Amino acid sequence: MARFDRRSFLKLSGSGALAATGGMAGILASGRAPAYAQATSLHWLRWADFVPASDQLLKGEIVAECEKALGMKLTIETINANDIQARITSSVQSGSGPDIVCALNNWAQLYGESLADVTDVAEELGKAQGGFYETSKVVANDGKRWIAVPWSIVGLQIAYRKSWFEEVGYSGGKFPETWEALREAGKKLKAMGRPVGQTLGHTFGDAPAFTYPYLWSWGAKEVDADGKSVLLNSKETLESVKFMVGFWKDALDEGGLAWDDSSNNRAFLSGTCCATNNGASIYIEALRKPDAYQTEKGTPLKGDILHAPLPKGPGGQFSFHVPFSNMLMGYSKNQKGAKEFLRWISSKPVFDRWFTTQKGFSVGPTTDWEKHKLWNDDPIMLPYRSAARTGRFAGYAGPSGRKAAEVLTKYILTDMYAKAVQGMPPEDAVKWAHGELIKIYGA
Amino acid sequence: MAISYAVRERAYAGVPRRGPVTRLLEDERWLGALLLLPTAFLLALFIAYPFVKGVLLSVTDARVGVPGTFVGLQNFIALAHDSIFREATFLYTAVTTVFKLALGLWLALLLNRHFPGKALTRAFVLLPFIIPTVLSTFAWKWMFDPTFSVINWTLYKLAIIDSRINWLGDPQLAMISIIIVNVWRGVPFYAISLLAGLQTISPELQEAAAIDGARPWQRFWHVTWPLLLPVTMVVVLFSVIQTFADFQLVYVLTGGGPANATHLFATYAYQIGVGTGLLSEGAAVSLAMFPALLVVVIVQLLYIRRVEIH
Repeated sequence: MARFDRRSFLKLSGSGALAATGGMAGILASGRAPAYAQATSLHWLRWADFVPASDQLLKGEIVAECEKALGMKLTIETINANDIQARITSSVQSGSGPDIVCALNNWAQLYGESLADVTDVAEELGKAQGGFYETSKVVANDGKRWIAVPWSIVGLQIAYRKSWFEEVGYSGGKFPETWEALREAGKKLKAMGRPVGQTLGHTFGDAPAFTYPYLWSWGAKEVDADGKSVLLNSKETLESVKFMVGFWKDALDEGGLAWDDSSNNRAFLSGTCCATNNGASIYIEALRKPDAYQTEKGTPLKGDILHAPLPKGPGGQFSFHVPFSNMLMGYSKNQKGAKEFLRWISSKPVFDRWFTTQKGFSVGPTTDWEKHKLWNDDPIMLPYRSAARTGRFAGYAGPSGRKAAEVLTKYILTDMYAKAVQGMPPEDAVKWAHGELIKIYGA
Repeated sequence: MAISYAVRERAYAGVPRRGPVTRLLEDERWLGALLLLPTAFLLALFIAYPFVKGVLLSVTDARVGVPGTFVGLQNFIALAHDSIFREATFLYTAVTTVFKLALGLWLALLLNRHFPGKALTRAFVLLPFIIPTVLSTFAWKWMFDPTFSVINWTLYKLAIIDSRINWLGDPQLAMISIIIVNVWRGVPFYAISLLAGLQTISPELQEAAAIDGARPWQRFWHVTWPLLLPVTMVVVLFSVIQTFADFQLVYVLTGGGPANATHLFATYAYQIGVGTGLLSEGAAVSLAMFPALLVVVIVQLLYIRRVEIH
């Protein structure tokens, strides 16, 4: 009887398998996954959208269509926006993770070295759809190349209670046009227990979307156009901080120092604040549940909401809208497929469907989307339509590069105002922020 | 002579032949080292490697995706001038430790008595410790909510306050809030550990002291406390290390705000390292914890050894 032990069996079967398919050994020797598994799967990490219907569309129909149109198995993962940066960091450091990651604000500038060049995709998109907004461009282009493909801009406007402002003299749905006027109106409203709501906390959206344009509206800026000399410690900045201290006490909800990005939505919807700078999510939510959200008179709240831009200051009127872009990660093994996907998802017919589910919460990255028919549906949403045109972005008057992103993610401007309203002398708060900026820009 | 030789040889042949490996393993020193290897490997992989990596990162200017170059102690020098990087962590640890120890000890002494439903009460006391921190902290966040705080609502309805208390929006109150939550979460750990310590103390000692005329306070101070001290020191040691490196609680409740008033080492390191992508500076912030903790550990371990020797 021939001896047939375990060892010789393993040898035999191993060589047999190798002969048949190339085998595991072949895959291991080449050091990469087999080609078919590489090309057909794509992992897209996104934020959990404030408009849940959009995520439903992406994860359902779009995934199915992607497989049909591109032959790619698309996996869409949605997480809390605040957790995206932790995922980017671990993915970049370990060299593996999602192929495409959605970035908010100018996050892409922080990771420039680790991102693939998507100039071809972005240029095509801009040309085909009427040109990008300035905001879309400055956050996704590092001055030499495109490091992300612009996806959308969440427009921010002040949502306010029409009837309450009528009570303090703004008839016909008008809203105060200057900071002074808003302070006066807000003072009266706060006395009635209806303050203006604004966060000065560490939030990715609502805090910078107020503090940056507020600073600009006083004629102040972070740095010079060269992107080097810090100009924050100026007469204009100091004026803005001084005004903020009084404004806060007179007109704003003092709990705002601890608000996150959803606190003002809850406060407004529950009728405890008269106005707040926000995406359209408050109005959209009120539309969705007219019975749940009602005014003190028992009518649906949606009928008492209007939108207006942030007021003017001595230096002009500005806005800051939260841009989203898609970064193709440098480590992705599926560069070609990922670009193909970005072209497809940004193409008009596909993007249109996502855009429609947003109901105006997001505007497109390009001006063409202002012509979309959804803007004809509801006049209340109209202020969002072209809001992105007046947007400036962090780092003004310099480029919105990596250093500007550092200032933004360290919440320095927001903290400058927060410190002052907490009692630090305005001069010291400005000096502190100026010093922090020098540490970043001066180095 | 010949016979005895033959006998001896046969006896030897009966013993199986031992290879060099077996002989080596019969030496206790080698066997001990071998048995320690898995642990040493795990420690090296999960403790030593991240630590060394952290040290290496902190002396470079590495960013996410950029390895960086050696910059010496520059990051630490920058930290020394960092206004955000202040005593918050020390204050937080010191205050919570005092409260946790006092309340935990009190609770342990109460639980050590006999009363109906003792087992059930002891189990319930552990609840704050068992619930995942993030979950319970979210509940607290709602209780401290600027607009919908149930604490404020209750105080308002009881006519104790006439305006809202800005729990998480005021720098001092925010600090007090995170301290309250930490104490709430940490007391059960102290109570149960100290209760275990109390139960090892023989009741006869208490009885003897009582017979000698010692009052309850004297019995506690001269009998219970000295015998409980070694356990207490170990519990405090663990707790100080954990509190010093606390992250979840502050991250959920305040995110380090308002205006950085409640940033601990860990949350600040996270904001710098992960939020802003400055890995090297984040590592330096984390490492700044190390000397302080090292001192605490050494002092306490020395003390425990002294207590054991006596």
